[in-house]
Amino acid sequence: MPDSGLTPELMKEMYYTMALSRALDDRLWVLNRQGRAPTVYSSNGHEAAQVGSAFALNRGEDWIVPYYRDMALVLAWGMTPREVLLHFFAKAEDPNSGGRQMMAHWGSHRLHILSTGAVVATQDAHAAGLALASKILKDGRVSVAYFGEGSTSQGEFHEALNFAAVHKLPVIFFNENNGYAISVPQRKQMVVQDISAHAESYGMPGISVDGNDPVKVYEVTKAAADRARRGEGPTLVEAKTYRFVPHSSDDDDRAYRTREEVQEHKKFDPVVMFEARLLADKVITEADKAEMMKKIKAVVDDATTYADKAPLPDADTLGLYVYGEDGK
Amino acid sequence: MAQMTFLEAIRETLRQELARDERVIIYGEDVGVRGGVFRVTEGLQAQFGEARVIDSPLAEAAIVGTAIGAAVNGLRPIPEIQFADFIFPAINQIVQEAARMRYRSNNDFEVPIVIRAPFGGGVRGGLYHSQSVEAFFGHVPGLKVVIASTPYDAKGLLTQAIADPDPVLFLEHKGLYRSMKGEVPEERYLIPIGKADRKREGKDVSVIAYGLMANLALKAAETLAGEGISVEVIDLRSIRPFDKAAILESAKKTGKVLIVHEDNLTGGFGGEISAVISEEALFYLDAPIMRLTGPDVPAMGFSPPLEHAFMITADKIADAARNLAKF
Repeated sequence: MPDSGLTPELMKEMYYTMALSRALDDRLWVLNRQGRAPTVYSSNGHEAAQVGSAFALNRGEDWIVPYYRDMALVLAWGMTPREVLLHFFAKAEDPNSGGRQMMAHWGSHRLHILSTGAVVATQDAHAAGLALASKILKDGRVSVAYFGEGSTSQGEFHEALNFAAVHKLPVIFFNENNGYAISVPQRKQMVVQDISAHAESYGMPGISVDGNDPVKVYEVTKAAADRARRGEGPTLVEAKTYRFVPHSSDDDDRAYRTREEVQEHKKFDPVVMFEARLLADKVITEADKAEMMKKIKAVVDDATTYADKAPLPDADTLGLYVYGEDGK
Repeated sequence: MAQMTFLEAIRETLRQELARDERVIIYGEDVGVRGGVFRVTEGLQAQFGEARVIDSPLAEAAIVGTAIGAAVNGLRPIPEIQFADFIFPAINQIVQEAARMRYRSNNDFEVPIVIRAPFGGGVRGGLYHSQSVEAFFGHVPGLKVVIASTPYDAKGLLTQAIADPDPVLFLEHKGLYRSMKGEVPEERYLIPIGKADRKREGKDVSVIAYGLMANLALKAAETLAGEGISVEVIDLRSIRPFDKAAILESAKKTGKVLIVHEDNLTGGFGGEISAVISEEALFYLDAPIMRLTGPDVPAMGFSPPLEHAFMITADKIADAARNLAKF
């Protein structure tokens, strides 16, 4: 392994975060099927791409602009399972939106996670803008926009890449390519095979990486971040991965892909593969694993109980925060 | 006190704010070397450098979208949309991102940006260089929409807009840029957003307008004064928020209200003003609330007779106010 700063301790933490995200994700589906929350958006299958990239950055200091698939990412970035569940249950204490937004619209100023809407590719320009400020203010931060491959059909994806390239901004455009935009496969979304191919048009490096391998994702992201911090401009990264569950809890993926296809991809489940690798490399032992699983179960249970008991927002708060204080 | 055109007042305000606050940056299409297609930003790049007065790629959604990110990360961006007619590629970024950011994050984020855009017709701009777009944006909670009518107001309102913690759309009527002159103090001053200015006192008819229309209304009032009709002119100065109290006070006093805007009639901001008056001052009225506006055609024609037929003039305002006085 090249010297990327990826220590066994960090790998262990990466694995814990991926496994935590998967367990939390499983819990969300159970709660949804019990009728206790209306909507789930999963990161199930994307954990390596999200956690691998997050660990290559200054978590909580650099800026990320996620999309709805990014629960594992925000967990890696410092959001707690309690906070995720508060958001999921739309409770008043939800730090993402105070219960205003549907699940998976992440945002936390404290953690440098820019609040997100639902129209895809808008976040690409936001990341470029965050980076524009970093360049002018020389704050040393890198900004990362996360997005699905379907959103690259939007004009704003291309506008943002171009803007960032022209101004040599410290930004990474991080694509999680799972092959489907809800039901529409990549071949109906675009002719190119690789999202990274778009980089050439904008004069920036474009790199495709196995999105199921967190170490490879880490290394690619680290190189892109280093390049950004050196003032050499943006990079487009494509992490090729797969989502094992429907788009959301209101989707039925049997309409557009076979069970055989999903099973085939499960052979490359990033959580399972990383676990096997860490065990084989003796980065973790079976005992470590058992301890982590025990901890994860406790954390997920605690988050569920805590968020379940937390109060809903008061209806009187509906009119708050349309505007801020008067200008100073 | 210096005499300045409307355009110079805006330029000097931008210069003053760039000088006093390093977080302020300007960018847009042609704003740098060329100083903007109207020369509003002329000389600013030479004075403050390419890093702070930026020629951006020609992509409105990216201009506003990047301004949002830059504002979140500590700057006070003043993006320019070259013509208000070109703002629509950016409408999602303005309406759904900038204007909703504070609300959707439960006050965790704010987007202090000022989007400047020249608007309005009468300058041979044809369909796509003449539009009035304020009604689209006046509909949006979370956004402020400011339209100044004098150089003095342009400075005070723009300074306030830059200090404001929320996104402001600052619309500049092109017809005022070089034709409108006035005294502008050198020192920095703020005019609160949401306070109307009663530009002329009167007792027979109230004319409610903003931007260029407020100036035309003053001319019309002068004409009618010679005929013994006393016209009060209220300049709203912003349509979101708008000064309900000033509107109601004037409507209650004169009992006759004429609302003037260049924007199209149907769904225009005049409808909102009319609704407020009918809800809260109905029994003070002596005549129907009237609107004098651009016609319900998609946009202004290019050829002079078409443009003239579209535009509001002081004579048209005088005719409408005269008829209302006689009612």
